[in-house]
Amino acid sequence: MRAARTICGRVFELIVVFFAVTFMIYAMVWALPGDPVASLSGDRPPPPNVIAQIRAKYNLDKSLPQQYFLYLGGLFTGDLGTTFSGRSVSDRMSSRWPVTITLALTAWVIQVVIGITLGMIAGLRSGGLLDRTVLIITVVATSIPIFVVAVSSQLIFGLRLGWLPIAGTDAGWPISYLTPACVVALFGLAAIARLMRGSVIDTMQSDFVRTLRAKGIPHRRIVGVHVTRNSVGPVLTFVAIDLGFLLGGAVVVEGIFNLPGIGQLLFSAIRTREGPTVVGVGTLLILIFLVLNLLVDLVNAMLDPRIRRD
Amino acid sequence: MTEFVLDEVPDTIADRGVWSSLRVQLLFWVCSFVLGLLGLIALLPGPITKVFGQSDPRACDLRRSSQGPSSDHVFGTDLQGCDIFANVIYGTRTSLFIGLATTAMCLFVALIVGTIAGYYGGPIDTLISRLTDIFLGFPFILGAIIVLNSVRRPTPIVVSAVLALFVWPTMSRLVRGAVRAVRRTEYVHAASAMGLSDRRILTGHVMPNSLGPVLSIAATVVGSVIVAESTLTFLGVGLRAPSISWGLQLANAQSQFAQSPHLLIFPALFLSLTVLALVTLGDILRDALDPKGRQK
Repeated sequence: MRAARTICGRVFELIVVFFAVTFMIYAMVWALPGDPVASLSGDRPPPPNVIAQIRAKYNLDKSLPQQYFLYLGGLFTGDLGTTFSGRSVSDRMSSRWPVTITLALTAWVIQVVIGITLGMIAGLRSGGLLDRTVLIITVVATSIPIFVVAVSSQLIFGLRLGWLPIAGTDAGWPISYLTPACVVALFGLAAIARLMRGSVIDTMQSDFVRTLRAKGIPHRRIVGVHVTRNSVGPVLTFVAIDLGFLLGGAVVVEGIFNLPGIGQLLFSAIRTREGPTVVGVGTLLILIFLVLNLLVDLVNAMLDPRIRRD
Repeated sequence: MTEFVLDEVPDTIADRGVWSSLRVQLLFWVCSFVLGLLGLIALLPGPITKVFGQSDPRACDLRRSSQGPSSDHVFGTDLQGCDIFANVIYGTRTSLFIGLATTAMCLFVALIVGTIAGYYGGPIDTLISRLTDIFLGFPFILGAIIVLNSVRRPTPIVVSAVLALFVWPTMSRLVRGAVRAVRRTEYVHAASAMGLSDRRILTGHVMPNSLGPVLSIAATVVGSVIVAESTLTFLGVGLRAPSISWGLQLANAQSQFAQSPHLLIFPALFLSLTVLALVTLGDILRDALDPKGRQK
């Protein structure tokens, strides 16, 4: 009963946030100076009747609230508008989903597995050489922009060493996805390793670990079962925070490695100045973030009784 | 493209003695020195570039396109034959400006909103904390892309404002936490028992004491914003050509990177060093302010 109420509350919140976010984006995009029709046509302005026609087609002649509701209606019926070249945005997206999902999942597995392992090792031997190395690497990893890492690793592993493909998805999973996924995973990996490290250090000093020791439980079992289970809490919370980064990183990385996913659609739409596509795809990605965020929160609440209680 | 991984604001408010614990740390001085140097570069780019010969970032010689480092051009030249060193030096100002301006805007809003939410509580607090919860981990690069995409001429101040739009909730959340911790202290109770007005309690007691933890996070935020700006510029929605910034240099370097890596390496080095110093400083400040959270 309580759980049902929590879920209803969160879903209601999501709906409110959904309207707030879409309206904010819509209002900002259209309130800002710069005429989308004028920017469409370059130096010489088109004849007024053409402008009027385009304005009518994209509902630009209506008032802001009217435009917004028309846009919302479209969003609910799966219509994200048409690009200026006349193709429907949702059409162009359907074939791209698998690529983005594959990339995100691969990156996610990499960062969780390697991040937790590194964090465990660093936390168990805190103060040691490995611990310091992990700490330094995690700080450095977060201070280099993702596109610099992407371009450099493309050059090193793809071009110079020739170990992995430079771009595209021709080699299939996992070969084609390995470099891009590692690049996207880098930031999350660093954060997870740091969180896990701190958490392991705290857990190792807790009373129940001392009790386990006193009872004569072997060290391997204490660490492998009890400490691990009690330390992953912060990491689980971070996974929700990290979703946004995976989505944003996908735009940069899919663009650079030319993976034909949703992110690359946004990347190339920015380059070709296709406003409607940028807004449509961007909004959709944000909505996906909101929904996934809610799901992860609910799963977390179910897993951890301490969160469930409040 | 860095989201924030922020720890919760410490419950305990540090006493004096922060400075004495900072003073003995070598890393604190290293970071301060690096940041001081960068500040100097941002203030006086002209004289500094002159020391190394080529002083004008816009004086370009196409005959010397994409040359490696030499005695004339210490960092080499880019595709247009412009001196990379001069561009990196002049770019420092833009990048630091965007980082600081965005953070200042966020701090301003966050201090007001966060203080109100944290001090008064009630429905306003619920509303604000739910709002900031959603923004925790919000893909603000995506938000910034959407908004900046329809700006015709993004100047540094516009880019800062757009970034601030998506970063302030995270900071408000922290201010709220810090204010809530201060609100429970005896001196605030005493001040309110003495009949001081809310305004005086807030500006005289609550804000100064909750500022510390927030400022330590602010250093990290400046770093993240600088990275975010370069990423947005790289994607093509950030700064455009007449501006000089690290992000623009990096964006232009991408296509030439395989042939002439120095185009990318030097701006990237400066950018990463700046961010590294800021993030490390933020970490050190946080540890100094919260003895409990100090690395064991």
